[in-house]
Amino acid sequence: MLEISDVRKTFHPGTPNEVRALRGVSLSLERGSFVCVIGTNGSGKSTLLNAIAGAFLPDSGRIELDGIEITRWPEHRRAKLIGRVFQDPFSGTAPSMTIAENLALAMRRGQRRGLGWALTPHHRGTLRGRVASMGLNLEDRLNNPIGTLSGGQRQSLTLLMAGLLKPSLLLLDEHTAALDPKSADQVIRLTQELVNRDRLTTLMVTHSMQQAAFLGDRLIMMDRGQIAFDISGQAKRRLRPEDLLSRFEELRRANQLDESAAEMLRAQYV
Amino acid sequence: MTLLIGSLTIGLILSLLAFGILISFRVVAFDDLTVDGSFTLGGATAAMLIASGAHPLLATLCGALAGATAGAVTATLHTRFGINRLLAGILVMTALYSVNLRVMGKSNIPLDSPHTLMRWTDRLNEILFGSRTVLHFGGWEAAPRDVCGLLLVTLLAVGFGLVLFAFFRTNVGLAMQAIGDNSRMIRALGVNVEWMMIVALFLSNFLIGLAGALLVQYQGFADVQMGIGMLVWGVASVILGESMVGTRKIGFLITGAVMGSVLFRLLVALALRWGLNPNDLKLITAAFVFAALVLPRWVTRGSRLVRRERHA
Repeated sequence: MLEISDVRKTFHPGTPNEVRALRGVSLSLERGSFVCVIGTNGSGKSTLLNAIAGAFLPDSGRIELDGIEITRWPEHRRAKLIGRVFQDPFSGTAPSMTIAENLALAMRRGQRRGLGWALTPHHRGTLRGRVASMGLNLEDRLNNPIGTLSGGQRQSLTLLMAGLLKPSLLLLDEHTAALDPKSADQVIRLTQELVNRDRLTTLMVTHSMQQAAFLGDRLIMMDRGQIAFDISGQAKRRLRPEDLLSRFEELRRANQLDESAAEMLRAQYV
Repeated sequence: MTLLIGSLTIGLILSLLAFGILISFRVVAFDDLTVDGSFTLGGATAAMLIASGAHPLLATLCGALAGATAGAVTATLHTRFGINRLLAGILVMTALYSVNLRVMGKSNIPLDSPHTLMRWTDRLNEILFGSRTVLHFGGWEAAPRDVCGLLLVTLLAVGFGLVLFAFFRTNVGLAMQAIGDNSRMIRALGVNVEWMMIVALFLSNFLIGLAGALLVQYQGFADVQMGIGMLVWGVASVILGESMVGTRKIGFLITGAVMGSVLFRLLVALALRWGLNPNDLKLITAAFVFAALVLPRWVTRGSRLVRRERHA
C-alpha cells in the first residue's frame, strides 16, 4: 500500500540552520490500516507527512503508494491519491467561496477540471446528503461562504472534502490541535466514522496521548527524524496514555534532555 | 448628449479592461502590472493589421491574443523563474514599450472607420435609422451613428460579462477562484497552481488586449502612449464597482466592474467638461484610487469610535 524506504531530508544543508529532519525513515502500511504518529516537536512527524504529500522532495529514498512510485511527483499530482487535512482549520477550505463550491472543488480532487458545470442540481443533492450525514446542521447553509463558519465546522468540512472521493491514503496532520476540546471531539468522531465507512488507509499525526492510545490499530513514535517505536496488534490495543508517557520518559533519558525540556513535554502532553 | 453617449461607449469598451483587472487582481490575487503594456499591445497589433489590410475582426482577435501572450509571459516569469510578481509585470510592461513601437513602426497609426469594426456600426445605422441624421430623445439630440455604436458595445460588454460569469461556474473557473482564496488548499486538491496562474493571466490580458484593440478602432487611431494609466483606471473601475454592489460574489463583481467602468468614465467626462486640465487627469485618478482604498477603512473606524462613545 504505502511503502516508504530510507527517506532522508535535510533542510538548509551546509548552513548554521541545518536541520536533519528525516534520517532514514522506512515505513510500510497495509491497506485499510489506521496509524497514529506521535513524537516531540521537531521529531519529524509532520515532515514525514509532508514528504508523503509532496510538499517537498526528499534528498534520497523512495515513496511508493498503491504500487506506483511517487517519489518525484509534484504535490498537485499526488492529490489524485491522497486526501489531506491540515492543522490550521483555515488551511483546508477557501473562505470566500460557499460550502457547496468548496465541496465541488473537492469532488474533482486530482481529476481533470474542464468546462463542465461545477455544481449541477444533481451534485447539490449528493453533497447535501453527505453534509447532512455529518450531523452538524450545515446542509441548509450550503450557499453560505465557508469563512462564516467556526474552526471546528471548517475542519469537519475539510475532513469530508478529503474523503469525498475515496483517497488511497488519508493524511491528518494534527487536525484537532487548533480546536477547542468540544470541536476536537467532534472532529475525531467524524474521523472515525469516515475511516471506518470507507476503510481508508490513514496516517494521523497527533499531539494527544488519548487519541494516540485509543485510535487506530498501529502507533508510531518518532524521535529525531527516525522511527523510535512501532507498536501494533495486541500491544497497541493494550496501550494506555500512561504507557506512552513512560515511553517519552525513556526517550528523554536516552536523549539526556534537561529537566526543563521534560517539564515542557509534560505540560504539553499531560 | 454626444458627450454622454461617447462616455458610455468608452466606459463599456473599457469594462473589458475592468474584467481583466478583476481576474488578475481579485480572482487570482496577482497584482499584474502588465496591463499598461498589454492594453497598448492589443491596440497596436490590431491597428497595424488593419492598416495593412487585414479583416478588422481578425485584427481585433490578434490584438487580444497578443495581449494574452504578454500576460502569460508575466505569469511565467513569476511561476517558472521565481521573479517577484510586481517586478515580473514591470519587466514585461517596460519591454512591451519597445515591442509596441516595433509593431506599429511609428508612434501613431491613424485608422479609417470603413476598414475597422466601426463599419458594423454604420451597417446597423442603415438598418435601424436609414437616412435620419439626428435622433430625438425627449428634447435631447443624438447622432444615430453614435447610438448604434453604443448599442453594439453594450451587447459586447453584456455578452462578455455573461460568458465570464458562466466560466466561473465551471470546474476550471471554480478552481481559478480558489487560487486567489486559498492556494494551499487547491494545490492539495490537485490543481497545478502555477499553470492555473498562467491561464488566468492569459485570460485577463486577453480581455485587456481586446479592450485596447476595440478602443483604437473606436477613436480612430492607435498611439504608443495610449496604455499609460490604464492599470490604475481599471483598478479604479473595479473598486468603484465593488463599493456599488457591496459583495464579493463573482456575479456581482462582474456587474460591478461594468458599472464602475461606465461611472468612472462619466465622472471623468464631467470633470473635463467643468474645466479640469486633461494633464491633471492621471493625478486625479491616482488620488481617487487612493481615496477609494483608504476611505472605507476610515469610515469603519469612525463608526466604531462613534459606537464606543455611545456605549460609554
